[in-house]
Amino acid sequence: MRRLPNWSWAGLVLVTILLFNLALTPGFFDLSLRDSRLYGSLVDVLNRAVPVGLLAIGMTLVIATGGVDLSVGAVMAVAGAVAAGLISRPAGTPFAGGSPSPALAAPVALLAALGCGLFNGVLIAVLEFQPIVATLLLMVAGRGIAQLLANGQIVTFTDPGFALLARGASFGLPNPIWIFVAAFAVFGLCLRWTALGLFVEATGSNPVAARYVGIDARAVRLTVYALSGLCAGLAGLLTAADIQAADANNAGLYLELDAILAVSVGGTALTGGRFSLFGSLIGALLMQTLTTTILTRGISPETTLVLKAMIVVAVCLLQAPKFRESVGNRFRRVPA
Amino acid sequence: MTRATLRERLPILITASILALLTLAAGLQFEGFFTLRVLTNLIADNAFLGVVAIGLTFVILTGGIDLSVGSAVGCSSIMAASLVKNAHLHPLLALAIPLLFGIVLGAFHGVLIARYELPPFLVTLAGLFLCRGIALQISQESLQIDSPFFRGLTAWSLTLPAGASLTLPALVLLLVAALAIVAARQSSYGRAVYAIGGNAVSARLMGLPVSRTLVLTYMLSGFCAALGGAVFTLYTSSGNAISGTGLELDAIAAVVIGGTLLSGGYGSPFGTLIGIAILGVVQTAITFQGTLSSWWARILVGALLLAFLLVQKTIESLARRARTA
Repeated sequence: MRRLPNWSWAGLVLVTILLFNLALTPGFFDLSLRDSRLYGSLVDVLNRAVPVGLLAIGMTLVIATGGVDLSVGAVMAVAGAVAAGLISRPAGTPFAGGSPSPALAAPVALLAALGCGLFNGVLIAVLEFQPIVATLLLMVAGRGIAQLLANGQIVTFTDPGFALLARGASFGLPNPIWIFVAAFAVFGLCLRWTALGLFVEATGSNPVAARYVGIDARAVRLTVYALSGLCAGLAGLLTAADIQAADANNAGLYLELDAILAVSVGGTALTGGRFSLFGSLIGALLMQTLTTTILTRGISPETTLVLKAMIVVAVCLLQAPKFRESVGNRFRRVPA
Repeated sequence: MTRATLRERLPILITASILALLTLAAGLQFEGFFTLRVLTNLIADNAFLGVVAIGLTFVILTGGIDLSVGSAVGCSSIMAASLVKNAHLHPLLALAIPLLFGIVLGAFHGVLIARYELPPFLVTLAGLFLCRGIALQISQESLQIDSPFFRGLTAWSLTLPAGASLTLPALVLLLVAALAIVAARQSSYGRAVYAIGGNAVSARLMGLPVSRTLVLTYMLSGFCAALGGAVFTLYTSSGNAISGTGLELDAIAAVVIGGTLLSGGYGSPFGTLIGIAILGVVQTAITFQGTLSSWWARILVGALLLAFLLVQKTIESLARRARTA
């Protein structure tokens, strides 16, 4: 019997929700073309899943090394605050005084996010802090820094070029989807065509063995946390561009948790080792499809949280070897 | 004190001296900081965080984590308020039912973690969403409690000299802290918790009831979180579903600053109490200062956390060097 991929349970739940919608939600699969752009619930699901999807890419790598990155939500807020500050130069912030520089906004914000990721990486790889603690630091302080950068305000800005990043469309689909596809392709190719993916898995599944075969676990850890910061920065940029504002308090709030859920539902074990970027993508889509389904069916959005919790527990139980043993499941064990 | 115990106590001594230094600095800077009233206010203002963090300390001592505590506070607070306001229950009963909910929630976490070996991080993350969802289902608006008995409870306080007084939330914190310190040091449950955190496999081989202790620990944490919610309800005289957002992080920060290792097996509820005091003093000093914006508190807490972790690392590596030398 061929081994089922780790994300099969998440995929099954996703298909179930889609079938449920096909049968019971009229118009869920409708697509319409207006101004050479596709509209419809499905496009909406894809578009809204982008921030969590981007975070999940970085998070997959981090989790594959046996770590976790709690700071991504706060890093999103930092990136948003930097971009908004550079574009609108509000008084009272560290950006006040200069001329508006929208061209600089995206690169500098991404650099700031990369810096945050490197900070995490140094704490974890060099100083050997536990990942939960190290990234907790930035999770706590990051929002404070974002508020400092925005002087406690919600910095709004208008820049048509920057807004195009999140609101425009190319080839019939919203730009964020293309940005995600590009990021996913770059990461996917880098991980599978170079040895990076192998190094990441080796570091996560057995650090000692990885050292004996000459893998520099420090460099691997540093890289994955830096990349996770970068992904979070990109997600923060898109969020800020979408609402044309940087909200230090609420940008990316709880998104780190969604990303972790997406990754673990997608079949990457929190203990590290084998990972599946595609699984994380399925996980992110599952979360967003669930949310959109609930919204379109007019159920109160708070139910999403309860359902999310139940689905996570269910999928994790189905993946847990102990649970399978105890129910005498005849499925092959998914390797941890 | 022998050398070994001195080294063992070094983290807590360092935490305590950081607290002393901070308090001293704040006291020299601001007039009226060194009054009993500031102290009792500090205890009352941080009571709910303290109760939550003390419950969490036991979970962290076993090497686990409980991310659901913040939203359990919100859930318990809105539940209590809604039971008084909409179900017209007696306030005492309304405050007690959420405690039961907290215990059930903790048992649910504990069984999934101990019986099916799911990662605590993920299970309690699901708990976080579950509690927040339930809380928002109950009511999205803040509910004011206006029963005469409840007003009596919030107004009641133990009068101390010099115009200071201990309110009910402050007394609850002191009681919980005292019980926790005794339980951690003197009870067989406490010893099992430390043993599991040190090495779960050896604890099992020693014949300690590992699964039972783990389930009990998550139940304790759930109970403390719900109690924190009840204290919060008393403190604000209202219930709010989104209260306690991000509280889990403050609680974890307090535990870590208090010298408990997140890898488990080392630390104490007493340390957590000091950790809470440090967070409280920072907050109070910022309030006293007046011009510093509130986000500085977050940055400072982050910086303190970093400083403390660096100190812990240094001690660890020094100890390792001493052992190998």
